[in-house]
Amino acid sequence: MAFLVLEHVSKRFGNLIAVEDFHLAVEKGEFISLLGPSGCGKTTVLRMIAGFELPTTGRIILEGEDITRVPPNRRNIGMVFQSYALFPNMTVAQNIAFGMRVRREPEHRIRERVDELLALVHLEDKRNSYPHQLSGGQQQRVALARALAIRPRLLLLDEPLSALDAKIRVTLRSEIRAIQRQLGITVIYVTHDQEEALSISDRIVVMRAGKIEQVGTPFQIYNFPQTSFVASFVGMLNTAEAEVLDPQQGLLQLDGAHLLSADPGLRRRKPGERVRLSIRPERISLAGEQLKDNLLQARVEDITFLGAVVRIQLRLGNTLFYMDTFNNPHLALPTIGSTVQVTCSKEAVMVLE
Amino acid sequence: MLSERRSAASGALRLKPLPSFIGLLDWAGVIPFLLFILLFLILPSLYLFVGSFQDSSGRFTLENIRALFTPTIMSAYWVSIRISLLTALLGGVFGFFLAYALLSEETPTWLRSALLTFCGVASNFAGVPLAQAFIFTFGRMGLVTVLLREAVGLDLYEMGFNLYSFWGLSITYLYFQLPLMVLVITPAIEGLRREWREAAENLGASPLQYWWYIGIPILMPSLLGAMILLFGNAFGAYATAISLTGGLINLITILIGNQIRGDVLHNPNLGYALALGMVVVMAVMMSLYYLLRRHSERWLRQ
Amino acid sequence: MRKATLWNWFWILLGLLYFFLPLLATFHFSLRARKEALSLLAYQQMIEDTRIWQALLYSIQIGLLTIGLGLLLMVPTVYWVHLRARYLRPMIEFFSLLPFVIPAIVLVFGLIRIYSGDPFPLTNTYAGTDFLLIAGYVVLTLPYLYRAIDAGMTAIDVATLTEAAQSLGAGWGTILFRVIVPNLRSAMLGAAFLILAIVLGEFTIASFIVGLRAFGPVIWQVGQNRAYEASALVIFSFLLTWILMALINFVARRAVVTSGPR
Repeated sequence: MAFLVLEHVSKRFGNLIAVEDFHLAVEKGEFISLLGPSGCGKTTVLRMIAGFELPTTGRIILEGEDITRVPPNRRNIGMVFQSYALFPNMTVAQNIAFGMRVRREPEHRIRERVDELLALVHLEDKRNSYPHQLSGGQQQRVALARALAIRPRLLLLDEPLSALDAKIRVTLRSEIRAIQRQLGITVIYVTHDQEEALSISDRIVVMRAGKIEQVGTPFQIYNFPQTSFVASFVGMLNTAEAEVLDPQQGLLQLDGAHLLSADPGLRRRKPGERVRLSIRPERISLAGEQLKDNLLQARVEDITFLGAVVRIQLRLGNTLFYMDTFNNPHLALPTIGSTVQVTCSKEAVMVLE
Repeated sequence: MLSERRSAASGALRLKPLPSFIGLLDWAGVIPFLLFILLFLILPSLYLFVGSFQDSSGRFTLENIRALFTPTIMSAYWVSIRISLLTALLGGVFGFFLAYALLSEETPTWLRSALLTFCGVASNFAGVPLAQAFIFTFGRMGLVTVLLREAVGLDLYEMGFNLYSFWGLSITYLYFQLPLMVLVITPAIEGLRREWREAAENLGASPLQYWWYIGIPILMPSLLGAMILLFGNAFGAYATAISLTGGLINLITILIGNQIRGDVLHNPNLGYALALGMVVVMAVMMSLYYLLRRHSERWLRQ
Repeated sequence: MRKATLWNWFWILLGLLYFFLPLLATFHFSLRARKEALSLLAYQQMIEDTRIWQALLYSIQIGLLTIGLGLLLMVPTVYWVHLRARYLRPMIEFFSLLPFVIPAIVLVFGLIRIYSGDPFPLTNTYAGTDFLLIAGYVVLTLPYLYRAIDAGMTAIDVATLTEAAQSLGAGWGTILFRVIVPNLRSAMLGAAFLILAIVLGEFTIASFIVGLRAFGPVIWQVGQNRAYEASALVIFSFLLTWILMALINFVARRAVVTSGPR
């Protein structure tokens, strides 16, 4: 049996269904992200694992033990909150020691463990500071150390980085991942930031309106989204409506241009049917470099520098779409208003449900 | 602090630049206020203060201060302090529990807002009408007294209860102390964040441990502030006491009241010393409060 | 979870019982002025008792004048301190909160001793007595008034507002009465109703300075010898306080809407 199993869990608040039939098995040492827009129920799932909410139906099983009705203070599950939730009346060291102190662990063991954790989160010199004297990033590190101090069976993180600056977000993100690998701890991580989820997780659970949309590795989620919601929520995506010409060959028509798709889902469609297709911007390239299955004529509408990437907005008939290309000093960019030939492989053209 | 200083500086710049008179001009704007305070607060207080240290012919003496330490007067202070401490403590504790219960998520909104409004009314409903309402309730012919005697056979007064005594007065004082506590402590309780409680639970703390290590320490400055307010509220209470007991209970306010009506002590200067003593008690309580507050807020100041 | 709910309801029910029992008992008593049946006789007696209404009218007048004098004194002072002399603020605050430490009975004692003889014989005339009472009430309610106005001015950031008005060419009168005061309206109204509630029920200062001319001492006197009428009067004065508090709530709620986020 898996380390943690959420068995068909659902949660209703009055008439509102927050989580519906949530089923997930998590292996020991896995880093799982729950990803979705706000209000999709991801935090409710986390709070049910922590014990702050009781599931309306379903069971939660941790290491073979049904913990559905175990009170939160007996679960030994660590949690890090979005707002840090440090105790303002305690120093950093006292905050970290709190879990051990209420467990009445011997004083010398508490001191050793606090030292160890302060070193782990690089805050040795802040031991006697109070939370209000720390920056947001430092506060969240203390919160992480505090949650780890009790040697939790499972670590829950509820949007831990969303209150921080962009730069700190990225460094702390990799620190969290490094600590998780070092300790081999199982982590459930809630976020609405797809980039964060893609970069940090072993597996991602994409949620929408209380239900699971797709579960998979970052690679699977990004490259093979199973629903249009996942495709559009994770990463940048061009979508357009097209007409099926030949389902067996994968031939489509988009604004007068012919397009080949390798999507196996297309076989089930009938000629003349309208489908929604999607192409990631980075899968499109200028035809000069290398010719692929599809070749399209498009007009350059706008060019945006995004640092490492240059994003070009193109118009094909009435359809606007984006193309991303890596930036380099020798890049020969087309001029705005000119017509260019772009190309993409037939594997890049996905048909969404 | 910094921003305050800066805005003060820019405030001075904004107006007509009169650098050499700036200091004087700043004071000019508060002169009416200071004059009023001087005439109607400082001067009367000073009069009592000076009078406390004079004999009937105006010579300096400590005799009045010494006379405060006679048994009757000491007992008046002592009863006043005890009743104030007791009702501040009981009102504080019960008021805290009531406020906490009212703010709980499970309490219906209409009940919460109705009771909070009621607390606003009750905390201002002190004095004569309050005393009368309690006489109609717990007096010898009061509704509760009669009902208990006739329906249950329980005679409060035979059991030793007396509305016109220390305990009776305390129960009556609680009627404005309790709601005042609810009003004063409500914002502080609302300031307790749910995440603190959840984080504590998550780390294995029982509800009691949460309150002991986190809830109470965070609320302590507000609790102390509320209690000192309650203490002063009861300590200075005169109307409720005089209309409930008719002056039968030996409170310091009643003693002073009698002295104002007619010189019952046969020494006006001793009367001033009585009043000075009250202010001293309040000042001591305030200083104690500041010390305790500084201690309980040390985590905010560093 | 359930234990906590039970605990909360215990305190709410206890509070309700304690709060409503005295009112219920008083109301019950007030209906029994006739031996044989329930009646509104006590209320009729109260309504016909002209002394009560004269005293109430007098106290309302005193209350309004207290509010007027208080505002006239405090609004310009606090405005000045916010704008020109922030370093004087601790001093103003200290004096404004001082009445918390000086009990009403001590205050009235000092006032009477100073102002009942030369060089300030205020108590020799009616007008002088009234003024002494009003001044006493202004001191008594100063902490509330100061807090309300200071909080109001902090909330609207008077310095910036004044700057904006000045840059648009407004003079001092315009700034004070058309910019600052309208923005402080809810804070001032809230404080005004609170002051009125305090003054109408006040007994200590009134009984020593003006005696039975004021409402508080009259309630006391009615209670001394006419119990049924007194019970009706208690119910009436409770309702009066309730109305004033409801008005404060109403003003405060409107203030939330009109002041918006800070």
